[in-house]
Amino acid sequence: MNKEKKIKFLSGNEACGEGAIVAGCRFFGGYPISPSSEIAEFMSRRLPMVGGTFIQMEDELSSMGAILGASIAGAKSMTATSGPGLSLMQENIGFGAMGEIPAVVVDVMRGGPSTGNPTGPSQSDVMAIRWGTHGDHPAVALCPESVNEVFLLTIEAFNISELIRTPVIFAMDEITAHMREKVEILSEDDVKIVNRKKPKKEPYLPYEYDEDDLVPPLPGYGEGYRFHITGLNHDKTGFPTNKAELMEQGNKRLMEKLERNKSKIMKHEEFMTDDAEVLIVAYGSSARAAKRAVKDARGKGIKAGLFRPITLYPLSEESLRNCAKRVRKVIVPEMNLGQYLTIVERVTGRVAPIVPINQVDGEPITPQKILSKIEE
Amino acid sequence: MAINYFDYLRKDKMPHIWCAGCGHGMIVKSIIRAIDKLGWKKDEIALVSGIGCSSRTPGYLDFHTLHTTHGRAIAFATGIKCAKPNLKVIVVGGDGDMMAIGGNHFIHACRRNIDLKVIVYNNNIYGMTGGQASPTTPQGYKATTAPYGAIEEPFDVCNMAIAAGATFVGRALDLDVPSMDRVILESFKTTGLSVVDAWSQCPTYYGRFNKWGSAADMMEKYKEITYNFRLKDQISEEEKKGKFPVGILYQTKRDEFCEKYELLRQSLKTKGEGA
Repeated sequence: MNKEKKIKFLSGNEACGEGAIVAGCRFFGGYPISPSSEIAEFMSRRLPMVGGTFIQMEDELSSMGAILGASIAGAKSMTATSGPGLSLMQENIGFGAMGEIPAVVVDVMRGGPSTGNPTGPSQSDVMAIRWGTHGDHPAVALCPESVNEVFLLTIEAFNISELIRTPVIFAMDEITAHMREKVEILSEDDVKIVNRKKPKKEPYLPYEYDEDDLVPPLPGYGEGYRFHITGLNHDKTGFPTNKAELMEQGNKRLMEKLERNKSKIMKHEEFMTDDAEVLIVAYGSSARAAKRAVKDARGKGIKAGLFRPITLYPLSEESLRNCAKRVRKVIVPEMNLGQYLTIVERVTGRVAPIVPINQVDGEPITPQKILSKIEE
Repeated sequence: MAINYFDYLRKDKMPHIWCAGCGHGMIVKSIIRAIDKLGWKKDEIALVSGIGCSSRTPGYLDFHTLHTTHGRAIAFATGIKCAKPNLKVIVVGGDGDMMAIGGNHFIHACRRNIDLKVIVYNNNIYGMTGGQASPTTPQGYKATTAPYGAIEEPFDVCNMAIAAGATFVGRALDLDVPSMDRVILESFKTTGLSVVDAWSQCPTYYGRFNKWGSAADMMEKYKEITYNFRLKDQISEEEKKGKFPVGILYQTKRDEFCEKYELLRQSLKTKGEGA
């Protein structure tokens, strides 16, 4: 039988919910906050229909705690928030990193600091999603540019969190979240679904990892393995340790785990970069404007190209370096005051001059603004 | 038949970190006796804690155990219960964990009436961090951050739980083992959110700072400031003044969150089939 394509006209927030359901998300704990609330609303409608649970928690601290608890009990879990809520979630994002608990945290970026601009777009959490929780920890963050990509990358966010057992940040901005576009809804049979590893060896040691990927298996509570999880430094048994060499090993493995699996995680798009003389590095909705600017510049005879990190972390550093090597100028447009710029500077080693475009007025960056910098 | 406590304890994690004279071990043993009496299997129990002396309990018990962040135990436990409602979920924490940093989660869990068995090990002080004042430190009593005596009014754990909507609320003293056993056992039998305000003396800080003497002396003090709730009608108001009732203080029946949620799922299924 020929399957008919299931096409829907959705906002980014709704597409995120659709993607989560397909990915197997069966628990959502959240707290309302603009401009992410439609995700919670969507999940409150859909989760009880598919055997899952939606719960509106009392704040973002508990939302993050609840999704980690549900994940430990075996349910793929998600929450959604925006800047102020993300600040509150940082505590338990760290617990998720330390305890190696899969979960997806959607951050629909709005203007900050503080309450900032609740209904305007921004990309000002780009450093907070990398370094917000204290201590060294692996960071994975995806950033979609279109509503269809929101759907696909939400599934990817779950897959990565299950693959390497760590909280994954899904960083949209307000434009992507509220924009409506065509989305092809794929079923779980049409997409790749990754589920966390289950223990094979006896006796089971909760943090005994496989040598190839450095990821330990994770059974759910109630599945016959009794084990302990703590946010304290712990050894392979899962119990606290203050032995210097074990703490060092544990902390380093968290980072090495990401490094080891990076090639399965990193994603980026190169748009007309082959012969580009001017390179734009942009992500999220700024990349949409940049694409248009690239086309317009080409129309005027300027060879421009776009490098779009899809995983902001980890970044495909080598690919970016290679692109930057071939150009005379790099432009970095962001709806913040130069956060990702610092990364672009480090990675490219300033082989070409870098021109930032920074905007924090709650308005999107226009293609014209980028084009004028290309032409300069 | 006598209980072999080591059937439930992680023997290799002994000795525990609690000071000599601390009452926490008494509460743990009472929890074990309740579980044993109810015949719960170790595989069906999740024990969740926050941060503090009492929150080290899960490390010592052979269940599914989770030692979370400060104040957030109830939040994690809520997720566990929703994802696996067949698990018996017990939450333990101290007065600082439950009444201060986790106070919001505490009252909302009561309101939500999700089936969690919450036990507050209440020693009126922050033990692990060195004896600072907690929300249950009585006015005038000393702590390292209240060197001239606490100025603020304390919270009453039980009144708070009743006001917020818990379905079972009790207070137990570690010095009265049969009563503590009864309160914890009955709390475990409750479907819905139960709270036990379990008093445990901290001779190391609270006792020392307030010149309450040894653990045994502290227990004598506890006797002086409490009365048996079952005898409330036989005790004059004058005698009860300023004293804390001990025993099962409140029991009611309300629909439980996970059960209501399951009914919602079923109703949507029925609707779906009809459509």
